[in-house]
Amino acid sequence: MTLTADTGIGALGDPSGPGPAQLPPIPDGAVMVTVTIQRFNPELDEAPHRESYRIPALPTDRILNLLHYIKWYIDGTLTFRRSCAHGICGSDAMRINGRNRLACKVLVKDVITDKKTEVTVEPIKGLPLEKDLLVDMEPFFEAYRKVQPFLITHSNEPSREWIQSPEDRARFDDTTKCILCAACTTSCPVYWSEDAYVGPAAIVNAHRFIFDSRDQGGQERLEILSDAEGVWRCRTTFNCTDACPRGIEVTKAIQEVKRALMFRRI
Amino acid sequence: MQFHRYDVVIVGAGGAGMRAAIESSQRARTAVLTKLYPTRSHTGAAQGGMCAALANVEDDNWEWHTFDTVKGGDYLVDQDAAEIMCKEAIDAVLDLEKMGLPFNRTPEGRIDQRRFGGHTRNHGEAAVRRACYAADRTGHMILQTLYQNCVKLGVEFFNEFYVLDILLTETDTGPVCTGAVAYELATGEIHVFHGKSVVFATGGAGKVFKTTSNAHSLTGDGMGVVFRKGLPLEDMEFYQFHPTGLAGLGILLTEGARGEGAILRNASGERFMERYAPTIKDLAPRDIVARSMVMEVLEGRGAGPNKDYVLLDCTHLGAEVLETKLPDITEFARTYLGVDPVTEPVPVFPTAHYAMGGISTNVRGEVLRNNTDVVPGLYAAGECACVSVHGSNRLGTNSLLDINVFGRRAGIAAAEHALSTGDVLVPEPENAAGFVEGMVGNLLASTGGERVAEIRTELQATMDANAAVYRTEATLKQALQDIRLLRERYARAAVQDKGKRYNTDLLEAIELGFLLELAEVMVVGALARTESRGGHAREDYPTRDDTNWMRHTMAYKGVAGGVMDGLDGGGPVDSEIRLDYKPVVQTRYQPMERKY
Repeated sequence: MTLTADTGIGALGDPSGPGPAQLPPIPDGAVMVTVTIQRFNPELDEAPHRESYRIPALPTDRILNLLHYIKWYIDGTLTFRRSCAHGICGSDAMRINGRNRLACKVLVKDVITDKKTEVTVEPIKGLPLEKDLLVDMEPFFEAYRKVQPFLITHSNEPSREWIQSPEDRARFDDTTKCILCAACTTSCPVYWSEDAYVGPAAIVNAHRFIFDSRDQGGQERLEILSDAEGVWRCRTTFNCTDACPRGIEVTKAIQEVKRALMFRRI
Repeated sequence: MQFHRYDVVIVGAGGAGMRAAIESSQRARTAVLTKLYPTRSHTGAAQGGMCAALANVEDDNWEWHTFDTVKGGDYLVDQDAAEIMCKEAIDAVLDLEKMGLPFNRTPEGRIDQRRFGGHTRNHGEAAVRRACYAADRTGHMILQTLYQNCVKLGVEFFNEFYVLDILLTETDTGPVCTGAVAYELATGEIHVFHGKSVVFATGGAGKVFKTTSNAHSLTGDGMGVVFRKGLPLEDMEFYQFHPTGLAGLGILLTEGARGEGAILRNASGERFMERYAPTIKDLAPRDIVARSMVMEVLEGRGAGPNKDYVLLDCTHLGAEVLETKLPDITEFARTYLGVDPVTEPVPVFPTAHYAMGGISTNVRGEVLRNNTDVVPGLYAAGECACVSVHGSNRLGTNSLLDINVFGRRAGIAAAEHALSTGDVLVPEPENAAGFVEGMVGNLLASTGGERVAEIRTELQATMDANAAVYRTEATLKQALQDIRLLRERYARAAVQDKGKRYNTDLLEAIELGFLLELAEVMVVGALARTESRGGHAREDYPTRDDTNWMRHTMAYKGVAGGVMDGLDGGGPVDSEIRLDYKPVVQTRYQPMERKY
């Protein structure tokens, strides 16, 4: 058990912890937080279980800082993905207190109060669990690739750029913000229960091209999305919109794709 | 151990790697090996724009862009390379647009352009609108667009494959690159990729510093792999500090904010850049702005309770400009500092941002093994490379340009080289996986008491304190001493995770080895260079010295027997670094005093 006598920092209830680490100095204004993490090591465990850690944190720390603290000073086996640490790369989507969020965009002060100093962190749902907070992203990217997420043009290319008015550019601005973090797709109850459903993120990326005035592949893409696994599976629960760390109106985008399908079918 | 054979092996899937892959995969059988999923790469964090003299909104031409790049780089730029980059910039932007990149548009529907630091009309007369942009998400759009086109072309990716070695085979005419060795994160397996060409596009090394705009994954792996083979790293002492990092956090706020009119102010509200760069003020190049900001703080004019930052004032831009042209940085300030740029100035301070130096290449992306000879089959592009188009200080937007122009060139050259060798296959060296097996095995077996996180924290602390915006002989010697002690401790570093599946504990330990190695190269080069130029500011040598220092540093690992003798995996670390120098290519422009 890793402990410093006065703070009680360490893994709670873990008698076989690693050797003592030189803990970094506790900054002024830090509070003690209990972080409960779903752990799963495929080489040792038969099933996931929970472990709790009591550590110091600043109200302005990101949840990612807490995970790093645990990994760097308490248990090096804790495994998660992260890279940019400011909400741009999309590596660290996870369930924080039951909601899909990026660990680098949730601050401690957003999830704790004077009365409640606990935070729970679990992997996103609906993708195969690999280790601790890390899941297999391949099915997610497979669905993305299925919607032909690239500009399709058939006419002769201009010698300079394609002309596009600011209004036409604004039409699909919202869905260009997607960072493929999978927070939306793995918050969707339909995706959890039917893994053939392409999921919100794939539809968002289809939307990004369907409503791009330069694109000429709309019909092909709409065929794909009207398939059994396509857009009609959406039950409009709005989980995806709540989950999106980029503030994309995901459900609205899905509705717009549905309308485009109906319009072209009539 | 698994064995694979490709024509071209690309290492890294950021902007440069994927731009190379788009060219290479249409010509030759190509594999892309990447430590991260491609869309996680740090190209996606670039914000402000990509310069090209399209002249869509005002008069401009590529020669002005070339001049600005050379002057911005404090004349250490190879002028032939800068000319190529600025000429090809126009097609590079148009290519991206045709690939689907959603640039912001002018009222006429053309690609819109904004002002950026150091980019001027007619050799310095005034700031020019040259940066093509998509809000403050230009890098994100480039990364997504390139990935989309890789999907379209069916590019073969090996995601979360961490390349730890290159294969060099000795021939009559010198060493030839024959492949790369990767550690598969999911399984712990080692893979040997035989390739007729290998392209390194592995990005930067910002994590040698504590306060940085760089991602956790930017640990200089590619530069370190090449350096350990005895190949030179060029100009590593030149490191760029971006003026506007969120104070205390280092998160980037684009120079595009100042391009749109934001102003830097000190504690008394003074627009201090008027004193340092009277003509273009806040849009001076980054080295000058960063030095000026540090000087304001050192002289007691910093803002905040500890007077340790300055303020970026966007309040006069209005909510609409901020929400439409600078939405992401507006959100970063709100989320991470609780400051709303619409109503309050934002605390900022320079943040470690970009390595001007790197793996020495020519304009085809071929990697040099000395001042004149290349290693056939080995290419590098992007931040990990040094062409050198940035000299001692890169202009804003020129990195997104660099990755597109030289990523494309490296991809074409690598594919053509692979095809030109026909059926002739240089075999990989014996025991190709040996070095990586040794390194991984030793780290997993180590029972030493040193913790990776502690060593890394101390490294970052000494680099921030002693080798950041301003340096002196004394601070650099302190940094070097610290680094050498940390390297000794690193030899006793152990990991807690001994498993094979997704062992990110091991990954961080390996990354730290590269960071330590590169920090030492940066500091040794900085100690030797007794002048101030661009991103290298010596308080004890405050002026540029063209007589003695108008030359590129070429740093070699002092390994016995030359280029082929790498380290034994995890064995004792040889700290000796040998410095050599290479002339700067000058064509049109004679060095002048740098005023803005």
